[in-house]
Formats: sequence, C-alpha cells, structure tokens
Amino acid sequence: MCQPDCNTKESESCKSGRGKVSIILPVILQQREPCEIQAGLPGHNQPFVVGSIETPVGAAPKVAAVLTWHDKWGTVKARWGVGRMDYTVEPGLYALGNPDNESRVLVTANYKMTFDRLREALPGRDAWLLVLDTKGINVWCAAGKGTFGTEELVRRIKMSGLERVVAHRELILPQLSGPGVAAHLVKKFSGFKVKYGPIRASDLPAYLEAGLIATPEMRLKAFTLRERVALIPIELVAAFKAALLLMLVFFFLGGLGGPAGYMANLMNYGGFAVIAILTAIISGAVLTPVLLPLIPGRAFSLKGCVVGVVAVFFLLIMRNPDLYFWPGRLEALSWLLLVPALAAYLAMNFTGASTYTSLSGVKKEMRIAMPLEIAAGIAGLGLWLTSRFIA
Amino acid sequence: MERMAYLKDVVTLDLNEEKCVDCGMCSEVCPQAVIAVNAIGRAWIQDRDACMECGACSRNCPTGAFSVEAGVGCAAAVINSMLGRSDAPCCGPIESCGQTVDQKKSSCC
Repeated sequence: MCQPDCNTKESESCKSGRGKVSIILPVILQQREPCEIQAGLPGHNQPFVVGSIETPVGAAPKVAAVLTWHDKWGTVKARWGVGRMDYTVEPGLYALGNPDNESRVLVTANYKMTFDRLREALPGRDAWLLVLDTKGINVWCAAGKGTFGTEELVRRIKMSGLERVVAHRELILPQLSGPGVAAHLVKKFSGFKVKYGPIRASDLPAYLEAGLIATPEMRLKAFTLRERVALIPIELVAAFKAALLLMLVFFFLGGLGGPAGYMANLMNYGGFAVIAILTAIISGAVLTPVLLPLIPGRAFSLKGCVVGVVAVFFLLIMRNPDLYFWPGRLEALSWLLLVPALAAYLAMNFTGASTYTSLSGVKKEMRIAMPLEIAAGIAGLGLWLTSRFIA
Repeated sequence: MERMAYLKDVVTLDLNEEKCVDCGMCSEVCPQAVIAVNAIGRAWIQDRDACMECGACSRNCPTGAFSVEAGVGCAAAVINSMLGRSDAPCCGPIESCGQTVDQKKSSCC
C-alpha cells in the first residue's frame, strides 16, 4: 500500500513548490489559513480518546498506549482495504499518558494505523503527540508527497499552540518523514529543532532511553517477511478487483467451440481458465512478495515471471492437456504465456509496496517488462481463443 | 538475511562534496544506508545502487549538496500518470479543501 505506493508522478507545480519552500513558506502560512477547519485542539469525541489534560491552550485529548479491540479490528480492516482511504484521526496535539511542559513531543501522521503503532510502542510513557494532517496517509508516503512536510509541520506547531504547551523547543520525527521535512527550515520558521527518531515506532523506547541516539539498525529500512505478509491482503484485493472481469470473460468464452456442449465446455475450459488466472494472482501477489529475496532476478516483474512459469508448469501437469492435437497444444501454450505475464504484471505492481525500489529503476524495469507483458497477454489470448475455435 | 537489492546503475543520486558542511543529516535520514560520513563528518556515497531516490538527503541538506530526481518507485503510479490519471488515488483521498478542480488533478497521488 502506499507504503510507498503513492503516486510518484508529482505535478510540476508540486515539485517546484517543494523546491522553493524557503521562499514561499511565509506566504503560504498566511494564505492557507482560511482553508484550515481544524484549528486548535483535536476533538474529544473520537472513540480512542480516554480523557483530557489541561494545557495553557485548552484541554488536550488524552490517549492510551493500550489499544482496544476496536483499534485492532480497524487495523485488520485497513489491511484488507476496508475503509482504508478514510481511516484517520483529527490532526493536532494529543496527550499520551500525563505529559507536562518538559515532556517529549513526537510528531506523526493522521493515518489511524500509524497513530496506533506510535502509541502502542510507548506503554507507561508520558509524551505529547503532534498529529499532522497527512490526509490519512502514512508517514513515508505522505512525506514523499509533501503532505508530511515542512509547511504542514510549521503550520501545525503554530495552530496547536505547542510553544505554550512545552517549555523546550525539540521535536522527535519519524526518520521516514525525511523526504518531506527539511529540518533546518523547520528550525528557521518555528524555532523547534527536529530530531529524527528511529524508522520503526517499536524502536522508540530504546531510542529515548539512549538519549535520542539511534543505532544503525534503527536507521535502516528492512523489508521483513512479516512486513511483506502484512501487505498481501491489500495486494490480493486489488488484484481480484482487476481480474474479476477477466475471469468472467474467460469463463463464459470457455463454453464456445469444441465438440462437447456449451455447459460441458464451460466447466472444462472456462473453469480451467479461472483456475489458471487465480494461479497467476497467487504467483504474483502472494508467492512473489513472500519469497521475494529468494527468487532469482532483481526486477520485480522478472521475479513474478519466474514464479509464474514454475506455477503454470505444475498447473499444466495437473491439467494434462491432450498434446497430440492442436487444440490441446495451443491451450497449454496460451497459459504458458498468460500466467507468467499476469504474474509478472502483478509482481511489478508490488514495487509500490516495497521499501527499496527507486523511481528510476521502476521506470527502467517497466520500459522492458510492460511491452513483453502486453505482447504475451495478447498472444496468449489469441492462442487460447484459437484453441477454442479449432477444437 | 542479506539486504535486497534492486536494479544496478539507474539511480540519479549525486553529491557535490565541495558543498558539504559536515552536518551529517544526510546519513541520519537515509533509510538505506546509502550515505556514510567519515571521521570529520564529511558525507560520501558508499552504496549508490541501494538508493531508492526518496529525496530525504537532499531535502535535509542545508547547502543543497545533493541532487536526486526524487520520486516513489511505484509501477502503479507510473502507469496512472502515463494514462493521465494523476488524480487517481492510489494511497488515499485527495485534498479538496479550497482547491479548484484543476489543482486537484495535478495533486500527487
């Protein structure tokens, strides 16, 4: 998921705006004011708010480090794409535990899953959580888009009255907000010094204990099996949405041609087509992410293709088509092309969810893989249709 | 497990060492350990192929010593932009507050 699956292609205005942030920031801060609805402190009527704490700027909502079943269920739903685009907390200043004016200030995004990962990492600690308005997007993706950026941070510091709530002038930001936030400019415009904390919220206790020192491991973005598995549901949901129509078309076309009746053909050829497409989806959207480091090749499409080829061989062995006659040969050949092509395409899309692909690399990979995937798809479809009509 | 590596020799990252002021912010924000600093804090690129072009180093460099065509390595997003669907949300809703339709279309992701 965006994970870095956000749109890469930022508009020119977006890009130039980011480059000139030091010049235009003061102007923006004045101009954007009427646009902001949620000035002041965030609402207390949100389900995860457990109380309130008096501050010089009013009562700040208090949250707990312990998640409820409702919070956990929300994470599960978001992982499956249910309500994921609108899974937010109100931006602004929250109290975790019982912070005072010397407590640390941790900055985060207003994607509810992000907010939950942060607070659950800090049991028994008192801190201020400054939630930026990232439109419900996680830290890294929002930073890539600039919504978790210098401008929003400076504006949110002012709007929350943070200068009056805490006596110090130091913020802890997640390291992955680095693409959006220019620490030296935040200091210049707000007076607050940015300290980049660890990548993972779960490393925060150790980072805080060490006096805001991160180990090299904390600074390195891994892409563990657990993380890759967590991304599978959302990949599957997206792949199924896209492939549903494809499966229906193949299924009903499967009934055409051949010596047997429509229904018999439908179950035989149409049914196998659905199984083959499902195999391609499993290859590209499940097996490739899970086995990622073990599959040969560097390009994701190549990895997906490799898995697809292996899978389709197993599938065809089980299918055992009649290779003495052309219809059987063509059908087998069509799936030898279609399954790896679809698996390669789906695996290519996993670049967006992965944590280590560069835009330049993805573009290079796509320049080679896309024409091959499309050609194999068209050829495979043609062969399969031919096999149906000469049968 | 060994770190996963993406394609070789494609990355646009560059460092003008003459501009470096030895603050070390670049190596601190880099999530792929691409940049290291030596004993006096001078930055150098130790593993260019590991760079994912997130742009954190150049954004946090006070002197603009880094150049990189920053973006997100996401095939779906590249396809969307090729199809002219830059407004298709792939990771979230688009800000509508106070924006015109034109601005909405040009907004990233």
